[in-house]
Amino acid sequence: MMLAAPVIAVAATLIAGAILFTLLGHDGLGATLEIFVKPLFDPYRWQDLLVKAAPLAMIATGLAMGFRANVWNIGAEGQYILGGLAGTGVALSTLDMTGSWILPLMLICGVVGGMVWAAVPALLRTTLGVNEILSSLMLNYVAIQLLFYLMRGPWKDPEGFNFPQTAMFSADQTLPMVVPGTLIHLGVPLAAAVALTAFFVMARTVTGFQLKVVGLAPRAAAFGGFGAASTVWIAMLCGGGLAGLAGILEAAGPFGQMVPQFPTGYGYTAIIVAFLGRLNPLGILLAALVLALTYVGGESAQTTIGLPSAATGVFQAMMLFFLLAADILVRYRIVSGRAAAASAPHAAAAKEAEPAKGKAVTA
Amino acid sequence: MSLDLLVAILMTVAGAATPLLIAGLGELVVEKSGVLNLGVEGMMLIGAVTGFAVATSTGVPVLGALAAMAAAAAASLIFAVLVLTLMANQVATGLALTIFGTGVSALIGAPFVGITTPTLGPVFPDFLTSSPLLRLVFGHSPLVYVGLILTVAVAFFLNRSRSGLILRAVGESDAAAHAIGYPVLKIRYLAVLFGGAMAGLAGSYYSLVLTPMWAERLTAGRGWIAIALVVFASWKPGRMLAGAYLFGLVMTMELQAKAAGFNVFAPELLAALPYVATIAVLAIISAARRTGTAAPACLGKPFRAAA
Repeated sequence: MMLAAPVIAVAATLIAGAILFTLLGHDGLGATLEIFVKPLFDPYRWQDLLVKAAPLAMIATGLAMGFRANVWNIGAEGQYILGGLAGTGVALSTLDMTGSWILPLMLICGVVGGMVWAAVPALLRTTLGVNEILSSLMLNYVAIQLLFYLMRGPWKDPEGFNFPQTAMFSADQTLPMVVPGTLIHLGVPLAAAVALTAFFVMARTVTGFQLKVVGLAPRAAAFGGFGAASTVWIAMLCGGGLAGLAGILEAAGPFGQMVPQFPTGYGYTAIIVAFLGRLNPLGILLAALVLALTYVGGESAQTTIGLPSAATGVFQAMMLFFLLAADILVRYRIVSGRAAAASAPHAAAAKEAEPAKGKAVTA
Repeated sequence: MSLDLLVAILMTVAGAATPLLIAGLGELVVEKSGVLNLGVEGMMLIGAVTGFAVATSTGVPVLGALAAMAAAAAASLIFAVLVLTLMANQVATGLALTIFGTGVSALIGAPFVGITTPTLGPVFPDFLTSSPLLRLVFGHSPLVYVGLILTVAVAFFLNRSRSGLILRAVGESDAAAHAIGYPVLKIRYLAVLFGGAMAGLAGSYYSLVLTPMWAERLTAGRGWIAIALVVFASWKPGRMLAGAYLFGLVMTMELQAKAAGFNVFAPELLAALPYVATIAVLAIISAARRTGTAAPACLGKPFRAAA
């Protein structure tokens, strides 16, 4: 039944989206078909779909590990930018060099960059008890300003006609294509590998168990010897590291350089991906494809029927709304008055057994 | 520093502080009732675009501000139904509301980019604003005074009125309030709607007074800072006033530095300052309050009435 909610949510989004966009004076049905159906019948778009789904899946996988443990890392956007920047730093200082070691070093530094940015809210939460929602989110805005600063000043390409962007990366600094002649770069299989690894970690290792127990039953976790601080650190570093990796993969892949337009909201969309995928890495792979569809379809709807780019965000938010609403309808059963009275003891027992999912929020 | 310049600086501080104060007071009441609404940023954007659209099409900025309140309250109703009636996760739903508000406002605002609007400027007659000091008292947009009056009103409501006491009881112990017979969900619905209306009013301040124009993501994370200020204020309206004006000062630092001819810092670093300051302030507040928290005890927890 857990799987019903995402399906209901996507279906409801299609219907409500068509109605909403009609009310706003657009061709609602056309827009919905253009975004959600047409890319599915265009083989060229399939590649685009995979390329856009890869960073979403990677970021969402890291975030989901935190959400499982009630660690609310909302700073993936900033961690993604910092990962991109850290890797770009390596690229800019190795522009004149060649060697197959450069790209791996860039990816490692990307991971570290994301982790460093995530370590700030983790440190503040574990030492001072600062709410990680607000601190991680604030760092998104700081990261954007840092990006702008580097693009306008120190990292600007001296031969770039004064455009605020870095030099193009060299061949040794660019992601290879896994299928020659397509758009599908190394990041795509890497994202799938990350999700599969995370699935194994969550299902079969003590660390995965720790994250789940701390989220479901914090008191039991404490008695079991799982430290609250170590859980926050694991969750934030996984989230930050994977967001950073996604960042440098985007910079070294589709972008091929660092530009001020680098942040595209993947860090926020990945939150929706994580929830739509039920915080499960395998579900996240599917959910990433669905959300990638809104990007790919949204782009083509801009050119074909002139739908504003903001439509993508509206569809994405509606999907999360409907998912949250559908959850309750799936988790609870509507019973008539007499039946409710008869089965009351049973219902109470069921309620006890229910996980404390998403109940406690510390502010 | 000349008196004129000082007054000009203080006026910009009041301008930057007012939307934080109004949105923050709204969120403060919401949180006092035990609900955490992280959708302030989204509701502010919906308010900003609605206010702008109505003000430009009717030519009456006050109508714009009222429409902004109504539209943002309507958006907060989506949140209320999800978290109160359907008991959805408040953090996730609030985030969804922010993403929704960002998208919807960009969508509605697309035709309004690049046009100007009648502003909600100073209301007092000219002779009252002739000297700098008089201007400091009488030269503001009406919303600046609304913010100050609202601070007193919210403080009175929470601390001195019976209904405020009930609202606090609901936030501190929903089960007890329910047992005595207070309608927990109804009170929370009203609090969320009030918070939405205030976020909308704060948003309209950006598009009708401060900027005054419409651009995507016009509020640039100010809604999140308003939420942080609630924590900074320890859920007290008086401290919210102090916090908002302190942040108004930090936010206008970029402007002040330019006016004073400082070019030491890159403009991007100054633009990042309010967000860094927010983190620093949260850290200081948390460090000073190591034992326990001033947060309402039921903050963020769903309530289901025991049959």
